[in-house]
Amino acid sequence: MGLTDPDANAGPTSATRRRGRPWTRRVTYPRGAVGDGNTPHRTGTRAIGVATRLARLTPMSAGRRQAEHRSARFRFVEVRQSTPAGSAPDAADARLVQALRDGDESTFTELVERLTPTMLAVAVGYVPSRTVAEEVVQETWLAVLTGLDRFEGRSSLRTWVFGILLNVARSRGVRERRSVPFSSAFPEDETGPTVDPGRFRPRGDEWPGHWATPPRQWDLPEAALLSREVRTRLRAALDVLPPRQRTVVHLRDVQGLDADEVCALLGIEPGNQRVLLHRGRARLRQVLEDYMDEARA
Amino acid sequence: MTRGLEIDCDELVEVVTDYLEGTLDADTRRRFTEHLELCDGCDTYVEQMRETVRVTGTLAEGDLRPDMRDKLLAAFRGWKAGTTPSA
Repeated sequence: MGLTDPDANAGPTSATRRRGRPWTRRVTYPRGAVGDGNTPHRTGTRAIGVATRLARLTPMSAGRRQAEHRSARFRFVEVRQSTPAGSAPDAADARLVQALRDGDESTFTELVERLTPTMLAVAVGYVPSRTVAEEVVQETWLAVLTGLDRFEGRSSLRTWVFGILLNVARSRGVRERRSVPFSSAFPEDETGPTVDPGRFRPRGDEWPGHWATPPRQWDLPEAALLSREVRTRLRAALDVLPPRQRTVVHLRDVQGLDADEVCALLGIEPGNQRVLLHRGRARLRQVLEDYMDEARA
Repeated sequence: MTRGLEIDCDELVEVVTDYLEGTLDADTRRRFTEHLELCDGCDTYVEQMRETVRVTGTLAEGDLRPDMRDKLLAAFRGWKAGTTPSA
């Protein structure tokens, strides 16, 4: 989990040019993601069977799960201890990486389908246009492919990809003269309550601050809640969230990254991350509530 | 104060994410859960935040423009052609 180090992806390092292929542009990687290309696990992993690899990996995954609710600093120490540099990647990630190295197209397509929408949503916060954001995403995928041999499983493959994305996006932002740290990239998105104050009883009321217009239960069958229309609404609402909220909600809730992974990637404090997540989620909940109320009407 | 009334609804809704993230201090967490036990509005609100997170988690797939996917796939084939698998 090299990326849990707050400084792990702060300093760009230039990637080695590989065989001068025209698309191998100078890109930057998170420092924690760049190995010497010849670590023991790379040769070791190939030499042992899948069963052995799984047996070796299980304790590490369990440790990661146990650490879930601890503070970032606490967890950082624990993960460092249980995941020495150069240890084998998570079993699923190891299979993905091997399939990619083998040139398996469906593995690549699947990964691209799953990560690219979030990558675009994150990249647009760093560069001036959607077109440039798309270039950033393409450049990132090429950097991922050419850098596969340097993936050591210190973070999940996904987190590693997002680390590369953020470095490419930041350096592109510099070139486009639009680079500012994430933490101060945008004016305070908004402050004040996340729920309309008009929904609560006013001061002077017998029960000030308590619901006057409480939310109604959605009581929807699963299929209705996950219907195409609901998802379309939600996606549209996500797209128009303030950039920092959108980035955090994408990484946490769409992609399912841990809080400390997101803090490390974006270089923000845990409290700040929670505020952004809360405001984003509260907005999305309101959009869903509005939709449910319309549907009932 | 009366059990469950040590936190108001308009305060509770602002710390739902801290609650779900497990970052509330013990005392606030106790006031939070006591309030939930007797307030249907807040109970529903918290449940809806959970549902929102869950539905958001289904958005990961199916949003990629075909031309973008094709460009990336072409890049993958280019990379594959220029590399010796597993070498």
